[in-house]
Amino acid sequence: MKIGVVTFPGSLDDGDARRAARLAGAEAVQLWHADADLKGVDAVVLPGGFSYGDYLRCGAIARFSPVMEKIIDAAKGGLPVLGICNGFQVLCEAHLLPGALLRNSHLHFRNRDQKLRVENTSTAWTSGYTEGQEIVIPVKNGEGCYQADEHTLDALEAEGRVVVRYVEGNPNGSQRDIAGIRNEAGNVVGLMPHPEHATEALTGPFGGGVDGLVMFTSVLASLGVKA
Amino acid sequence: MTTADTVDLAEKTPDEEQPYAALGLQPDEYERIREILGRRPTQSELAMYSIMWSEHCSYKSSKVHLKQFGEKTPKNNRMLAGIGENAGVVALNDEIAVTFKVESHNHPSFVEPYQGAATGVGGIVRDILAMGARPIAVMDQLRFGAVDHPDTPRLVHGIVQGVGGYGNCLGLPNIGGETVFDPCYQGNPLVNALSIGVLPISRLQNKTASGVGNAVILMGAKTGRDGIGGVSVLASATFEEGSEDSRPAVQVGDPFMEKLLIESCLEIYDAGLVVGIQDLGGAGLTCALSETSAAGGLGMRAYLERVPLREASMEPHEILASESQERMLLIVAPENVDAVLAICDKWGVLGTNIGEITEGDRLIISWNDQIVVDCPPGSLADDGPVYARPLREPADLILLQADRAETLPRPTDLRAELLTLVASPNLCDKSWITEQYDRYVLGNTVLAQPEDAGVIRIDEESNLGVALATDGNGRYTRLNPYEGAKLALAEAYRNVSVTGATPIAVSDCLNFGSPEDPAVMWQFAEAVRGLADGCLEMGIPVTGGNVSFYNQTGTVAINPTPVVAVLGVLDDVTKRTPMGFAEAGDTIVLLGETREELSGSEWAWVRHGHLGGQPPKVDLLGEIKLADALRVADLVSAHDLSDGGLAQALTESVLRRGVGATVELPGDAFVDLFSESAGRVLVTVKDVEALRAVVGDIPLTVLGTTGGDALTVRREGPGAVNTQFEIPLTELAEAHQGTLARLFG
Repeated sequence: MKIGVVTFPGSLDDGDARRAARLAGAEAVQLWHADADLKGVDAVVLPGGFSYGDYLRCGAIARFSPVMEKIIDAAKGGLPVLGICNGFQVLCEAHLLPGALLRNSHLHFRNRDQKLRVENTSTAWTSGYTEGQEIVIPVKNGEGCYQADEHTLDALEAEGRVVVRYVEGNPNGSQRDIAGIRNEAGNVVGLMPHPEHATEALTGPFGGGVDGLVMFTSVLASLGVKA
Repeated sequence: MTTADTVDLAEKTPDEEQPYAALGLQPDEYERIREILGRRPTQSELAMYSIMWSEHCSYKSSKVHLKQFGEKTPKNNRMLAGIGENAGVVALNDEIAVTFKVESHNHPSFVEPYQGAATGVGGIVRDILAMGARPIAVMDQLRFGAVDHPDTPRLVHGIVQGVGGYGNCLGLPNIGGETVFDPCYQGNPLVNALSIGVLPISRLQNKTASGVGNAVILMGAKTGRDGIGGVSVLASATFEEGSEDSRPAVQVGDPFMEKLLIESCLEIYDAGLVVGIQDLGGAGLTCALSETSAAGGLGMRAYLERVPLREASMEPHEILASESQERMLLIVAPENVDAVLAICDKWGVLGTNIGEITEGDRLIISWNDQIVVDCPPGSLADDGPVYARPLREPADLILLQADRAETLPRPTDLRAELLTLVASPNLCDKSWITEQYDRYVLGNTVLAQPEDAGVIRIDEESNLGVALATDGNGRYTRLNPYEGAKLALAEAYRNVSVTGATPIAVSDCLNFGSPEDPAVMWQFAEAVRGLADGCLEMGIPVTGGNVSFYNQTGTVAINPTPVVAVLGVLDDVTKRTPMGFAEAGDTIVLLGETREELSGSEWAWVRHGHLGGQPPKVDLLGEIKLADALRVADLVSAHDLSDGGLAQALTESVLRRGVGATVELPGDAFVDLFSESAGRVLVTVKDVEALRAVVGDIPLTVLGTTGGDALTVRREGPGAVNTQFEIPLTELAEAHQGTLARLFG
């Protein structure tokens, strides 16, 4: 199975996302922002970073790149897409996910090992967790405060589309402690925390957790690969 | 078209008055320029000489002392590039090398904290890139004034956000550093930044402009009016009132452009398209054009009207002096120019052919067909003035050294004393700062702050890695610059060694007051002599560094602050030793000897606002022995003892993983807890006898056992009143962790 990772100018965690895909057993494929070509990948990760410098608005320029036009179409057709941090911002800008990510409520960039609760496992990226499972995955962002109108938030909750939630402290002021959400079909997931940074005991969260790897093995399972 | 001050005009108007003094040049320096050129300099030439001969670029006051690093410190066959290059390069094995360097950006960070700090990170990262390396991590060494001074929050917020904003956006993990508060840094905060990069040895680059006919390519951001006079005005003079007026002399950073510059340069290196490369930092095009051509021993022709400008009205001397960030100068063979420009285009980076290498030895620069510079490049880059400035021991030093902290009144309640100390600004937990930095990006960070050293995996297959630590204690150096510099080296060496790494190279950033003050110059000379002697004794080379003078406001200089960085190598990073107590039941052991050494200590400072006496004794051979033992011992955890002594080390060790400890102090409980004797490490082991067998004659004291939810300190026997106490970890954590958020929110 091939997991494609997009490199925008200013992407930073693209190499880490490719490493995570490899550790999960997939073939990692680099996708270039300017090429309207998905190279036959089975799933796509939009990695963290500051695409196009995050000028104008986080993710606002990346959303119009040639590769994104293809990804938007493919996602509507069911291609599993995971947006991490800047990738989540791109998915919101592309309207594949509702809401927006604003400046952290405390106005600081914040990097810490964050405890999360997996709220929904009926997505391509979280099927390997159990519902209610608590996991530790690093957050690192300056603009990760999830915002949507009350109506949208209620709908997300009612439809089980809140995928992961911050527990034991909200690192950025997100509404309803939302760390990640999915689309209606469950193939598109966006989240602020960085699962690709919790895939090796040596370099992962303090204490050696590898909880993030499950996101990458989940998508392989959803594509029919036996674990 | 405007008319510039050309070489022709300079010859015709020899008596024209020139503002050399306002540019920081002395009358005799100006006369020498006239001698070299055989005429008066043009406006552009004057700007170039004033920049290249400034303290910052020419090291004119420090050169005579710095040569000790080359003369005394040992060469080893690991060193591939040393002092004088953009950064030192050290081989890890036959294929892979690392390059690292620490540099200051002090003055700009006071004037404009965010941009000053941000471009400090950007500048050091480009130095690393210029060696052919991919930058892989950064560290920052910060010194602020008193926490309660009204100007401190402005600097803390701006500088921390600047370091984070640039480094985070560049995708480089910040793996460690230092934060110190002391009133002596009030008007002169220190912002030092370190970067490390990794390269295949075959990709090593240099700044030599060789090959007549080769093209000179300027890559990266457009050139603007920012940063003009940065090195000559900001970095080479003492601050006076009205320094806000210097704001245009601070550069403005664009980390996104730098990220693109990194990726495009690496692609150009890998394709083998470049002959020489130099980054543009302080002194901009002036420095890059003159240093590359001087290094090549050839001439160069450059055309300034080709330089892409942010502001079309810029004049030639401004184009030459601009310190606009995110630019590199490449020397490229003519047949490769198109390929280089294609890679620039792919990454959206401007690439412009601005000139070529020529026969002869003249640097000739024109602007719209007018020759504005015609000079020997070596006269700019290598033949600057050199001063053996007068040295005089500070008049107050004898009295200062006689005023020992060992005689100060001591506390009766050690529990309260410990809680006060670990909450004090210099000893408290620094997460409020370090959480603003990305430590995960690139996925190779094995250890980062608050660990003693940052540890980075270099090779995923072999698990080869490096450890890096920086240290500097301005109070120790104030009390005794020679010993203080050695102490900084000893501590950085120890910090690297506790992870299990083998120290292999040193870099330094020397922050001092005005070299025109003989007392400051004496401090500098002593510190350099101490560091050079220390490196000689430890058998470890200095691979490069940076000097920052004029860190003073009026006549008051900062405490002399040499920051020493030590790089170590770990053959297998999975075997590194972390600092925190891991689980209950391990034996806690103190290695090294505790003496009654309180002068210059954090305790004396926090409790009594006292600075006097002699700093702790330093034994470098003992440090080597200790490091050798740490490498072979089977350790669960290891944590170096330094500022705040054993009390601080215990606090950090128990809080790291929330594993408590019960310890019994062997001697005077107060001295045991707060002395800052060097050469000590707190370790935990499963088997004390096995440890005993490898430490030789290093003093070994079994202190107690890990476990429980508290830090329990016991002291049996006479005089033990109030020396037994217990602090629940929750209470300890609250004291240690809340300080910075409370102060700066």
